Amino acid sequence: MAPPVQAPVAAPHGISPDQVERSLRERFPDVPFRRQEGPAVRDHTLYLPVERLVEVCTFLRDDPGLSFAMLSWVGGVDLLPGQPRFEVVYHLLSIVHNARFALKVQVPEAHAHVPSVCGVWPTANWHERETFDFYGIHFDGHPDLTRILLPDDWEGWPLRKDSPLGYQEVAFTHNTPGRTVPAPDLTHLEPKKVKYRAH
Amino acid sequence: MTLNMGPQHPSTHGVLRVVLELDGETVVKAKPIIGYLHTGMEKQAEYKTYTQSIPQTDRMDYLAPMSNNLALCLAAEKLVGIEAPARAQAIRVLLTELTRISAHCVWLGTHALDIGAMTVFFYCFREREKVLSIYDQVCGARMTASYFRVGGLSSDIPVGLLDRCQKFVDEMPAHADEYETLLSKNPIWLARTKGVAPLSAKDAIAIGATGPTLRGSGVSWDLRKAQPYCGYEGYDFDVPVGTVGDAYDRYTVRVQEIRQATRIAGQAIAKIREMGEQGEYRLRDFKYVVPPKEEVKTSMEALIHHFKIVAHGFFPPVGEAYHAIEAPKGELGFYFVSDGTPRPWRMKVRSPSFVNLQALPAMIEGRLVADVITAIGSLDIVLGEIDR
Repeated sequence: MAPPVQAPVAAPHGISPDQVERSLRERFPDVPFRRQEGPAVRDHTLYLPVERLVEVCTFLRDDPGLSFAMLSWVGGVDLLPGQPRFEVVYHLLSIVHNARFALKVQVPEAHAHVPSVCGVWPTANWHERETFDFYGIHFDGHPDLTRILLPDDWEGWPLRKDSPLGYQEVAFTHNTPGRTVPAPDLTHLEPKKVKYRAH
Repeated sequence: MTLNMGPQHPSTHGVLRVVLELDGETVVKAKPIIGYLHTGMEKQAEYKTYTQSIPQTDRMDYLAPMSNNLALCLAAEKLVGIEAPARAQAIRVLLTELTRISAHCVWLGTHALDIGAMTVFFYCFREREKVLSIYDQVCGARMTASYFRVGGLSSDIPVGLLDRCQKFVDEMPAHADEYETLLSKNPIWLARTKGVAPLSAKDAIAIGATGPTLRGSGVSWDLRKAQPYCGYEGYDFDVPVGTVGDAYDRYTVRVQEIRQATRIAGQAIAKIREMGEQGEYRLRDFKYVVPPKEEVKTSMEALIHHFKIVAHGFFPPVGEAYHAIEAPKGELGFYFVSDGTPRPWRMKVRSPSFVNLQALPAMIEGRLVADVITAIGSLDIVLGEIDR
């Protein structure tokens, strides 16, 4: 059984994520925000359409009541076989108001393009490059969208769920009955010669 | 002229490569290139249980293994919805603060060595050695600790450890004085660090810098104060901040942090003594936490729980959680997406060095080549954590 959802606790002098969501809905009445729900979604996370991302982020950064001046990190999630396949997560931090807030956009595999937020927070540069590197999600308007951690000539997107981990098959295992590794050839083995010594 | 610095260069603290465009001695443009130490830890974590990922974290910021363990455990605990007992929390605080001291000692020693002050290195490594042998006594490993577990610790602290830590904590302020005697008013040190590689508060926030790099620029932001975890709200300590954000400020902030960490460690020792030198070190919620070994040998239920958790791992609820701690280098956070199976669907590491390194071009463009070394050193990066 899943434990009950913990209510996000507001910091003593901070603003609560509920307040952030309220001011977002007030400022953008036409954007269909959707709060992520689930038995254990521990951070206040808001889904928004990908085309309104930059606008909303700029507001979150500049509004004096929110001032999310820092972007903590950006990351991707592959939801295969879910549709739309990819999610990009943005975790924001407001130093002035001591608050955290998370935004999410969803993109399909066929058109994995997200507008870059490098113009809003310069720190997004490397985070978006990393997400591109791992998932092949393109960030439109990024100044230098190249591989960052993997070699430039690497093929494929390693953190996608259909990308194999890559390992050597263990010769003997009882865990995977249907495995296809050929059994080692034992016919060529000579019987071990043992010399007995009489004492 | 384009100068390729690294990836094999003694002062890049690992395998960092910086491509410098130079005009004479002046840096016009700098581009850090990373990834030489990439081992795909985030991918590997998807094939391991939460507990099996703990040894991986030791190898990220290998100068502060306990902090990495703590960040992973706290994120998993947040996801599951459990909390370690107060005594385990106090032990975690004690060990992570010792980690901070040792990480800052390594930073100070190597940074000073880069700039040309060789003596400091030997003094700093003397203290670091003491912390490492404390680790050795606690968990049997000097660097790859893997001591914390989701819900507490892997085992109780050995008898006599607190006395040893107390002795270290009592001695440490005098050692910090020694470092400062060697450097703080040293004219060569001042010339090499004062006004070098400055980073304004606005730039630091925009680039996402955290930890001493941010505090050196005058922003008083410490997660231990702002968003306390592990009971940090019950400890009395100050957050040192710099003024102009140059390499010297980052140096003073870190040396002051050594002193503050010593203070916190002293308080943690007192708290642990209050709760008993031996005692509860792990949560008794056997759906998520392995029962103590003594019980496994005597109780059938404990044996079953032990077997289930060791063989399968625990089953967290479907959901996701991000938790960040104030590691020696800045905000270190783990993000878990769980699909209800014992293996995380996604583990994302927000490592402080990765983000702080982005500040390098802003620090050195338009300045001298010699200052590049100071800038890289003063950022306190660990490539294991950047490349993961």
